[in-house]
Amino acid sequence: MKRSIIKLENVWKTYKMGDVEVNALQGLNLNINEGEFVAIMGPSGSGKSTAVNMIGCLDVPTKGKITLEQHDISKLSESELAQIRGRKIGFIFQQFNLIPTMTALENVMLPMIFQGLNEEKRTERAIKLLELVELGDRINHKPTELSGGQQQRVAIARALANNPEVVIADEPTGNLDSKTGTNVLDFLQKLHKKENKTIVMVTHDANLSRVAERIEFLKDGIIVKSLDNER
Amino acid sequence: MIKDYLKVGISNLFHRKLRSWLTMIGIFIGIAAVVGLISLGQGMKEAIGNVFLNIGSDKIIVQAKSGLQFAGPPGSSSASNLTTHDIDVIRRVKGVEEVGARLIKPVKLEFNNEVKFYFAASMPDDEEGRRLITEVNRYETEAGRLLKKNDKLKTFIGNNVANKGVFKKKKIELGNTLKINEVEFEVVGILKKTGNPQQDRIVIVPEDTLREVLKINKKKVDVIAVKVQKGVDVNNVANDIEKAMRRDRDLELGKEDFEIQTPQQILATLDNILTIVQIVLVGIAAISLLVGGIGIANTMYTAVIERTKEIGIMKSVGAQNKDILLIFIIESGLLGLVGGAIGIALGIGLSKLVEFAAFKFLGTSLIKAFFPWYLIAGALLFSFLVGTISGLLPAKQASSLKPVDALRYE
Repeated sequence: MKRSIIKLENVWKTYKMGDVEVNALQGLNLNINEGEFVAIMGPSGSGKSTAVNMIGCLDVPTKGKITLEQHDISKLSESELAQIRGRKIGFIFQQFNLIPTMTALENVMLPMIFQGLNEEKRTERAIKLLELVELGDRINHKPTELSGGQQQRVAIARALANNPEVVIADEPTGNLDSKTGTNVLDFLQKLHKKENKTIVMVTHDANLSRVAERIEFLKDGIIVKSLDNER
Repeated sequence: MIKDYLKVGISNLFHRKLRSWLTMIGIFIGIAAVVGLISLGQGMKEAIGNVFLNIGSDKIIVQAKSGLQFAGPPGSSSASNLTTHDIDVIRRVKGVEEVGARLIKPVKLEFNNEVKFYFAASMPDDEEGRRLITEVNRYETEAGRLLKKNDKLKTFIGNNVANKGVFKKKKIELGNTLKINEVEFEVVGILKKTGNPQQDRIVIVPEDTLREVLKINKKKVDVIAVKVQKGVDVNNVANDIEKAMRRDRDLELGKEDFEIQTPQQILATLDNILTIVQIVLVGIAAISLLVGGIGIANTMYTAVIERTKEIGIMKSVGAQNKDILLIFIIESGLLGLVGGAIGIALGIGLSKLVEFAAFKFLGTSLIKAFFPWYLIAGALLFSFLVGTISGLLPAKQASSLKPVDALRYE
């Protein structure tokens, strides 16, 4: 049996919007095993992003328990969470979220700064990662000088900077045309197959979710359907 | 790690160049003013200290009591009530070695058809007095000689008098004729430049001749210089002279109509006045630093809002609160530090300019810019602190942003 890497048990998240309380997650249960490629699907407002924020340690639940590699992380402080994020989790966002004043190389090096790696090692690794996403000739370009697909590949390289166990992709192709989207998706698959990374991808595109091994359907803050993809 | 944050900070400041410059202007005006004022004040103290050091610490000056002490040369500021009788009284005080008296009077000077009003001072006709006055005033000639026995219508003059500082049209050369209150004197000596405007503009003539020309009573004198014996405490002798003169004049304590000063006393008084003036001026300049600090805080708050998303990104890739705090504090500290460095350079330039202008137009070398290492180091440190403290609150705000909220910010 495969080892569980992230487990959400009866997770609730409640936002206060003025006087109204909104439950984004209502007792979500989800388990992700090491080396899995899981897609989370659902209509907007279903709590996909909230769920993925919890999985990525960007946010803490109002109620419930989240375990990452057997450690309860639902009660940790922001700084402790930041350390976990830095070491174990890589993010890929819909809007790429690169820092516009930094070059591709600097963007990829950024997560390593916070882990205290020296400049020589950082540069070496960042160049390797950029070559992996086929951007070896673009390392000194700023995000504005890169196409959308190229920017997202820089973001993939950045997500891999600290060699995380889990890569979280929140609508990674949402801002890309279908051709570059497929290209980005190929990289994610390559990561999954060759590097054996655990990947959690949020999407609303049924075509994209086919590359995943398992698809979880979310509605009103709970899983309503779970589907194993045939291979 | 700090090195990396420094790089990030510098690149961010470069990225908003105009705003960084505008912010720094606030700091560098303040630092320039503070550095300039302190440097000139310290320089002035040093220069004045040197002037008094030249007089020598074994001298005492006696003159009539006056309200305005430094408006003119000693003894010139009020009608004197000192007489040759006082010289005899002082001479009898224990510890006194030599006594010399002189007159200092406003006169009309005429040369090459230019007429000016300045002070003339007398040189005693006796050997002892001449030696003492020469010593007290440090008279040294650049050309010619000082006065000697049996000189009558001869004079030696301050450096500025000879070199167009007083008579603008023509230099005075040795052997030229200078008219003092319509009487012709031959210039026999020109003094070296001292930097003290009073001394550089004075005209010195034999005592008897000055009395004749100005029709001054044989007994009157304006200022008495005393040299004390070796190994004797100059302040004790000064006290004894005061007592002796009070007894002689039958005056109560505190009602003296004369004044006795040792160089140290004069120096201490001057030093106090200068310190107070300096504190007030530097205090005013410090207000501009405060405003500069608020400018930095304002810029940093704007930067936090502008870079909310960036902060979210950094947090999502593993930046802890303390990392974000440090990045922003380093940035604001840099604003302060660079502003301070420019301010120091500006302040040095400014005070050098004032020094030059004072020398050129006022003829005084009393205003000297003085830059001790601790002034420069202190100003740098202070400007860095102003930057850091101003950035503290904005940095705190940045670091406490929640990553999910910050990422969602557009």
